[in-house]
Amino acid sequence: MNFDLSEDQIALRDGIRALVDGRFPMSRVREGFDRSVHEELAAAGVFSLRADGFAWTDAAVVYEELGRGLVPGPLVWCFGRKRVTTGFDASLIGATLVEFLGLVDDVVALSPNEQITRVVKASEIDAAERPEEWPLDPLTPVWRTDRPIGAGNQLDESFDDLWNAGALLTAAYCVGMADRLTEMAVAYAMERQQFDRPIGSFQAVKHICADMAVRAELARASVHTAACVMDDGTTGTLARAIAGAKLMAGEAAILNGRSATQVYGGMGFTWEVDVHLYLKRAWIFETQFGGGDHHADALAATMPTRT
Amino acid sequence: MDLRFSDADEAFRSELRAWLARVLPGLAPQPARDDWDARRVWDTDWQRQLFDAGYAGLNWPKEYGGQAAPPSQQLVFLEETTRARAPYVGVNFVGLLHAGPTIVAEGTPEQKAAHLPKILRGDEVWCQGFSEPGAGSDLASLRTRAVRDGDHYVVTGQKIWCSYGQIGDFGELLVRTNPDAPKHKGITWLMLPMDLPGIEVRPLKTVLGSSEFAELFLDEVRVPVDCRVGEENDGWRVTNVTLAFERGTAFVSDLVDATRLVEDLAPYVTDPAHRRELGHITADLDAIWALTKRNVTQSARGVVGRGPFMIKLAYSEVCQKMGELALRVLERNVLTVNAEGPFVEERLRSLAFTIAAGTSQIQRNILSERVLGMPREPR
Ligand SMILES: Cc1cc2nc3c(=O)[nH]c(=O)nc-3n(C[C@H](O)[C@H](O)[C@H](O)COP(=O)(O)OP(=O)(O)OC[C@H]3O[C@@H](n4cnc5c(N)ncnc54)[C@H](O)[C@@H]3O)c2cc1C
Repeated sequence: MNFDLSEDQIALRDGIRALVDGRFPMSRVREGFDRSVHEELAAAGVFSLRADGFAWTDAAVVYEELGRGLVPGPLVWCFGRKRVTTGFDASLIGATLVEFLGLVDDVVALSPNEQITRVVKASEIDAAERPEEWPLDPLTPVWRTDRPIGAGNQLDESFDDLWNAGALLTAAYCVGMADRLTEMAVAYAMERQQFDRPIGSFQAVKHICADMAVRAELARASVHTAACVMDDGTTGTLARAIAGAKLMAGEAAILNGRSATQVYGGMGFTWEVDVHLYLKRAWIFETQFGGGDHHADALAATMPTRT
Repeated sequence: MDLRFSDADEAFRSELRAWLARVLPGLAPQPARDDWDARRVWDTDWQRQLFDAGYAGLNWPKEYGGQAAPPSQQLVFLEETTRARAPYVGVNFVGLLHAGPTIVAEGTPEQKAAHLPKILRGDEVWCQGFSEPGAGSDLASLRTRAVRDGDHYVVTGQKIWCSYGQIGDFGELLVRTNPDAPKHKGITWLMLPMDLPGIEVRPLKTVLGSSEFAELFLDEVRVPVDCRVGEENDGWRVTNVTLAFERGTAFVSDLVDATRLVEDLAPYVTDPAHRRELGHITADLDAIWALTKRNVTQSARGVVGRGPFMIKLAYSEVCQKMGELALRVLERNVLTVNAEGPFVEERLRSLAFTIAAGTSQIQRNILSERVLGMPREPR
């Protein structure tokens, strides 16, 4: 039992962090996703980790770093696939809106209610020519389609495999965002002066930051647990571990996004400061692989009921 | 990263499981809440059984009766005792979880030999005399005086909120030995034999209606100098050792209790909105447990991570959420504390969790300063 990053995982983390810092600075991130982003990440082996013999815990480490850097794109959907892929939960309201549609080869549609996984070629989808004018997240363009995606082909993977992997990696990405938001808020609080001292010396601000750190750390422990259970199903209950990870991490990303906005004051409401980009992504991830409500219900379902 | 236990750990687990299955059915019923003498007997009997079976002091050194077992086995122990619903520390809380560990870390060989085996056997119960009427969050402002007189300190002052004060054999006692030094520099950490002349213990009635803690009045109590842990006037450093155990690891025992409580509450939770809230609480508790595993892994490697600064803060809040859910779910059954399970009582008890062992506000101060590096509060 070693519930902490191994030496190799620390090296993996540092390597991917160097890649993100070097190749995906915020100036590039703000230009959004395109094929070159996909190519570089694919060349670095991000999408083929499993095929290359890495564990799910390694994949969680990598996706946390992508989230920390807010690297744009349907990165979770591309995991394990060669073709540029996006996807969405077809059981939700608004399922005629598809992220990244005009930039990808394939679209995966999931339907948790019927446990369906289908894949459709993007070119075969009847969609608007241009993306929506005002997407919630400027780095996640969305296309409106005429009607729900048609039949397509059934994927080889089972619904559960796809769902669990997607929830895990999305949660890992959220942990990276939650952690980075904490760092950003702390750094700003130490630098910004009001009443002749850094706002970070006011307890009301310190306590916001303390809570952000706790959220990120609890979420990381949950995600790492889920990754360990993915690697070896005897170490826990997979459904419960996955639900806990996605719930804790999704919530940490959203609440830390809101908290960071507050700590930044008026700056936090500007386009210029990166906080809103993190928060908007966190909101979007609530529509992917189950939101907080879904997973809270899933967790409750693992608890005893009246007999 | 790997949550798999080794074969040795799994062998330990199956032996422990078999042992628990054998002994638990023979356990006497738990005594009444306010019958402290009976509680002492019940809790220390269980501790003695653990000791005799080789399950006491898993992480304590062998020479003082401990097992020096790897941290993974401490986790197995917690998992299995929770699962089997075995009793947990009870009145041995202070001795096992922070006084003992402080003596392991800071005590002399004589002090270790005198106290550690007795704590592990359940022969010695400890209480904590840190807080004073004027020194709560600002603990270092404490005023209980100790004046050196040959081989003794003569101690006069008042302590408050002393849990297990009525039945403790020894107390962790903080005294001021140098009133002229800055407040953190004049404190000394003493082991107080509770049977010395000049000590008066007055139980205090809590919101539970019973006496969970007491006031201590100390009137020229002569404490042997041998009872000092650490150097004279170096007690604040030792205090921080104690508090690190108290806030970082001691609450794991309560986490075990909370995990059981939420399992017991779950069948009463039927409304979908309440079930959803139960899901959130479950996720929080699972996450705190996961963070505990991380802490254990890191401490075994001598790493002090962020986790120990977070466990109590997170745990105390989720317990209160659970308590509020219980009250809503029980509806009019809350009108009497003993109606359905321990839920109303535990809701009352959990009011203290965000106060005891350092309030949540103080925890957030410490976390933001020591972990995040933000500016310090005036001290
Ligand atoms: C059930 C229980 C058992 C206990 N057992 C023991 C025991 O066995 N031995 C022992 O020594 N003590 C014990 N305590 C005492 C406990 O450690 C103190 O109650 C605690 O440290 C708070 O001190 P106080 O009660 O004086 O509150 P105060 O320090 O007066 O605090 C009152 C309020 O002010 C806030 N506050 C104070 N200072 C600050 C600050 N700098 N920044 C922000 N907010 C601040 C606090 O958060 C709190 O909300 C126990 C307490 C409880 C409730």
